[in-house]
Amino acid sequence: MGRQRITTIAGVLGVVLLLAGSYIGLFVAPPERHMGDVARILYVHVPCAWNSLLCYTFAFGFAIASLATRRPRWDQLMTGAVEVGVVLNVLLLLQGMLFARPTWGIWWTWGDVRLVFSFLMFLLFAGVLALRAFVDDPARRGTWTAIATVAAFVDVPLVYYCVRWWRSLHQMQSTPETMDAAMVLPMRINAFGVLFLAWWLIAARAELERRRQAFDEVAEPAAVVVAGRA
Amino acid sequence: MSATAERPAARGLAREIGAVIAKDLLLEWRSRARLLATVLFGIVALALFSFAAGADVAVLERGAAGFLVLALLLSSTLGLAESFRVEQDDSAMEGLLLLPIDPHALFYGKALGNTLFLSLLGPVLAVAAVVFYAVEVGPRALVQLVLLWVLAAAGLSAPGTLYAAMTSRARSQDVLLPLIHYPLVVPVLLAAVKSIDLILNGDPMGQLGSWTALLAGFALVYWSLGGVLFPLAVEE
Repeated sequence: MGRQRITTIAGVLGVVLLLAGSYIGLFVAPPERHMGDVARILYVHVPCAWNSLLCYTFAFGFAIASLATRRPRWDQLMTGAVEVGVVLNVLLLLQGMLFARPTWGIWWTWGDVRLVFSFLMFLLFAGVLALRAFVDDPARRGTWTAIATVAAFVDVPLVYYCVRWWRSLHQMQSTPETMDAAMVLPMRINAFGVLFLAWWLIAARAELERRRQAFDEVAEPAAVVVAGRA
Repeated sequence: MSATAERPAARGLAREIGAVIAKDLLLEWRSRARLLATVLFGIVALALFSFAAGADVAVLERGAAGFLVLALLLSSTLGLAESFRVEQDDSAMEGLLLLPIDPHALFYGKALGNTLFLSLLGPVLAVAAVVFYAVEVGPRALVQLVLLWVLAAAGLSAPGTLYAAMTSRARSQDVLLPLIHYPLVVPVLLAAVKSIDLILNGDPMGQLGSWTALLAGFALVYWSLGGVLFPLAVEE
């Protein structure tokens, strides 16, 4: 089975899982004891958070591989992983704000380290994409994007562990032991749904980047001869 | 490699780092434009913060630590960008890379030069803060402030030097450097502001050590990472 076919299947599987997980989360799982139906947003918020961190981790791995081997394939995959990670990061922040308003009474607070570091993570990787957009030379573009990705990745473990190191408004990581089984199921299904969808999007973005690079490599003709003119 | 073989190699690297710092200091001494512009910019920033915060002395005193570190951060952009802009004239960077010196020496020389340069801003901005924000500093607090300032300057310089080496050769370098540098150094900003605040206003809970450790940890990570990544960033 071809690589493209496998990624397409992953994309379809991702959509199916997301639809199933969201249905169970919205209509089957019980409402949370204290927050009621508002807490159902966690079934997409937490999977977005996990997969955003995972995409940045993939991007870090691809960046190291790109710097070590200089193969364009790693650069293309790194671009895809950073872009998908940024999209999931934006969704994570927006869903977090929607959840914070009814539960904490505010849209945003600078006093919470998880919020601040998640926002910083978005700025750091958006900066990586900005750097990439401003570099014309293809070889430099790949190397510098990889270097900026490695430098930005230092924030990712901080986002994950900050709730353990500095206690503030945001709760610590939930585990299956701290959640009702009926709530664990839709969260897991959606987590895999977003993961498969991210896989498909990264592969599609990498393919787009490969075609763009191949197009850029084609030399422009020195002169265009127009019929009837010298 | 044996210990005796490693020693001359380390001495060679130290000599090369010294040569890079000496070159940058000589260039700076001849024009003094970068130092003057950066110091003036820092003072202007401190004055602007005063206008934004209003004339209430209590408010200014409370925000003094934040204003000082922000002035350092904003001034650092000018200094860091300029440290590599001079290497773009007459393709000086290519000349440097053709010299038989270790690229790591180039990074550590540039980063140490930038740290020294930003550290020199400290006394000027501190005097301005005493005047503008009615800050009172005792001798012990002054020593702590100087050490902390050098640590914050080191934390800003390592990633800043790495990024300035790249953005100096990209389009819209003036926009790019702060865009990628500022979010990265937020931990330095937070730790330095908190530490300076604790030095100026007292530390009843004994938190100064942990914030300084965060600052030192950040500097250590990026001084190590910068040394590894810089040769890749400047290769042609």
